[in-house]
Amino acid sequence: MTNKHVIRLENISRNFVVGDETVHALRNVSFSIGEGEFVTIMGTSGSGKSTLLNTLGCLDTPTGGEYYLDGVSVRLMGKNARATLRNRKIGFVFQSYNLLPKTTAIENVELPLMYNPSYSASARRRKAVESLVSVGLGDRLNHKSNQMSGGQMQRVAIARALVNDPAVILADEATGNLDSRTSHEILVLFQRLHSQGRTIIFVTHNPEISQYSSRNIQLKDGRVISNTINNHIQSAAEALAKLPVDND
Amino acid sequence: MNLTNLFRIALKALSNNKMRGFLTMLGIIIGVASVITMLALGQGSKKGIQDQISEMGANMIMIQPGADTRGGVRQSASSMETLKMADYESIRNESRFISAISPSVNSAGQLIYGANNTPSTIYGVSAGYLDIRRYSIDDGMMFTEQDIATAAKVCIVGKTVVDDLFPDGENPVGKVVRFNKIPFRIIGVLKSKGYNSMGMDQDNIVLAPYTTIQKRILAITYLQGMTASAIREEYSQAAIEEITDILRRNHKLKDAEEDDFNIRSMEELSSTISSVMDMLTLLLGAIAGISLLVGGIGIMNIMYVSVTERTREIGLRMSIGAKGRDILAQFLIEAILISITGGLLGVLIGGGLSFLIRLLLNFSAVIQPWSVALSFAVCTLTGIFFGWYPAKKAAKLDPIEAIRYE
Ligand SMILES: Nc1ncnc2c1ncn2[C@@H]1O[C@H](COP(=O)(O)OP(=O)(O)O)[C@@H](O)[C@H]1O
Ligand SMILES: [Mg+2]
Repeated sequence: MTNKHVIRLENISRNFVVGDETVHALRNVSFSIGEGEFVTIMGTSGSGKSTLLNTLGCLDTPTGGEYYLDGVSVRLMGKNARATLRNRKIGFVFQSYNLLPKTTAIENVELPLMYNPSYSASARRRKAVESLVSVGLGDRLNHKSNQMSGGQMQRVAIARALVNDPAVILADEATGNLDSRTSHEILVLFQRLHSQGRTIIFVTHNPEISQYSSRNIQLKDGRVISNTINNHIQSAAEALAKLPVDND
Repeated sequence: MNLTNLFRIALKALSNNKMRGFLTMLGIIIGVASVITMLALGQGSKKGIQDQISEMGANMIMIQPGADTRGGVRQSASSMETLKMADYESIRNESRFISAISPSVNSAGQLIYGANNTPSTIYGVSAGYLDIRRYSIDDGMMFTEQDIATAAKVCIVGKTVVDDLFPDGENPVGKVVRFNKIPFRIIGVLKSKGYNSMGMDQDNIVLAPYTTIQKRILAITYLQGMTASAIREEYSQAAIEEITDILRRNHKLKDAEEDDFNIRSMEELSSTISSVMDMLTLLLGAIAGISLLVGGIGIMNIMYVSVTERTREIGLRMSIGAKGRDILAQFLIEAILISITGGLLGVLIGGGLSFLIRLLLNFSAVIQPWSVALSFAVCTLTGIFFGWYPAKKAAKLDPIEAIRYE
C-alpha cells in the first residue's frame, strides 16, 4: 500500500429529513483509502452503503464532515465543478450496467470523454478501443448493447469506467445482476485491475466478495463498525476454475 | 463540452428513435408546408390580379365630371357637364406626366347588321384610346384625325361584336352596321383581349370618333369623361395632381371651392387590391401558422415523454460528468433538429404543392423567399420554445434518483 490517500473522509454525516423525522444515513464516518487499494464496503440493506457511495462519487453532498478526493476538498464544490470532478476522477460501475440502448460498445465507452473537451474524436476512439481491449472485448467493439450478454455488458460498463483513467473506480453491487460464474469472471477482471494499480471501491451486501479485496469496511446503521485489511486475498480466478462448468 | 459533441449526441439519440422522430416531425412538416402553400396561393392571386390590371392598363387615369361621388352625395345634372373640349385640349397640350389622352362619350343602344343585332355601347374616343387601354387593331385600321375632324360615321369593333353580328364568318371590315338607325362603316377589328379579372368581356366594344358620338348621337358639346395614360405607373399620382391643377384653373375654381370633377387611377385601384390581397395572404398564413403551433406542441409532448423515458440515460450522463447545461443543450438540440428537419421537408413539400397547383389547376402560386425564411425562423423558434421546458426538466433531474429510475 502506498501512502498517497486517494480518498479521505473525516466525520462524514448525511441526514435526510423526511417529514418531521430525520434519517441519519451516515454518522461520523471517517476512513482513508490509499492508491491501489481494492476496498469492499459491506452492510445490510439500509446500512448506508449507497449513500456513502453517492458521497464518494460526488453525486451527493454530506450534511457534515470533510471529504477529500485526490487531495481536493469536495464539500464546498458547486454542481458543475462536481460534474467535472466526476468526469476526470471517477469511474462508475452500476448494478444494472446503464449502457445506452442501441449503441455500440465503443460509443458507450467513449461517452465520458464526450464530456471532456480536451479529447479529440480520434483520441477518444483510441482510448475507448484500448479500454475495451483491456476488459477482453477487443472483438466486440461494434456490438450493440442489446446484442450482448449480462457479463459482456458489465465489461463494457467497466471499460467505460476505465476510459478516463479515474483516480478511483466506484462499483455499486456490480455483480448483483449476474450468475455466480459470470460474477466470478467480473471479479477476476476487478482483481486484475487491482493488480495493475487501480483503486477500487466495491459496494456489496454479498460477504463472499470481501475475500477477494484487500480491505473490507463494514457499515451498520450509518456507522463504520469494522475496517479490516485482508492479508489473505483469495484468487477469484481459482474460485472460478473450481466452479462447476455449465452444460453449454 | 463542445457543441460538436452535443450535436453528435443529439443526432445519435434521434437516429435511435427514427420513427418517433418522424412522427413528431410530421406536425412541423404539415405546418410549414401549409404556411408556404397558403402564402404562395395568396401572393399568387395577388400577382394574377395585378397582371390583369396591367393588361387593362396599369397607368390608366379616368377623369369624370362632378365632384367625387364616393361619399354618395347626389349631384345635379349640370354638374355632370363640367368637362369641356377646352379641358381636353389643355391637358393634352400641357401635361408632362401623361403619354396619351382621349375624350370619352358613350351611348348605349342596339347594333344591327342585316338580321343580326346585339345590344352594345358605342364609345366615342380619340385614336390615343387604343394605347391607353392596350387595345390593338387586328384587321383594318384605326380612324384618323381626319375622321375626327369630320365626325365620320366609322367604327372599330371588338371580337364579341363581330361574332354576334357576323356569325357566318364574313369579313366585317367595310360592312355598314346601324347604331340607333345611324349607319356606321366598320373600318377595323380589335385584337381579342378576353375577359378581365372583374368578369367583363373586353371584346364587347365599339369605338367611334368622339365627335361623331357628340354630334350625331348625343347632340352635346361637353365630354362625359376623359381617359388618359400616365407615362409610367408610378407617375399616376403626379399626373392626377397636374390634371387637377389644369382643370381647376380652366374652371376658375377658388381655393375654397371643391373640384367639380374627379380623377381616379388604376394605380390607386391596384394598390387597394394589393392591400386586400396582402390581408388575405396574412389571414391564410395565420391559419396555416396555427397548424405549425400544433406541430410545436407535438414536439413538446414527445420531448416530455422522451425525457421521462430516458431518465436513466440522463442520470448516467450526469454521473459520468454531464453538467445540467449539457443535458439542456442536448434535448434542446434534439428538439431543434426535429423542427428544422421538419421545416426543411415542409418547405420542399409546400414548394412541390404550390408547383402542382400551378401546373394542374393553372392557378398562379408564387413562393416568396421571405415566406420560406419566415417558416424556417418560426420552426427554429418553435423547436427552442417547445423544447425548452422538457429540456429544462431533464437538466434539473437529480442524478442519484435518475440513475435508479425504473
Ligand atoms: N433520498 C433519501 N431520502 C430519505 N431517506 C433516504 C434517502 N436515501 C436513503 N435514505 C435512507 O438512508 C438509509 C440508508 O440508505 P442506503 O444508503 O440506500 O442504504 P443501503 O444502500 O445500504 O441499502 C436508509 O434508511 C434509507 O431509507
Ligand atoms: Mg443500496
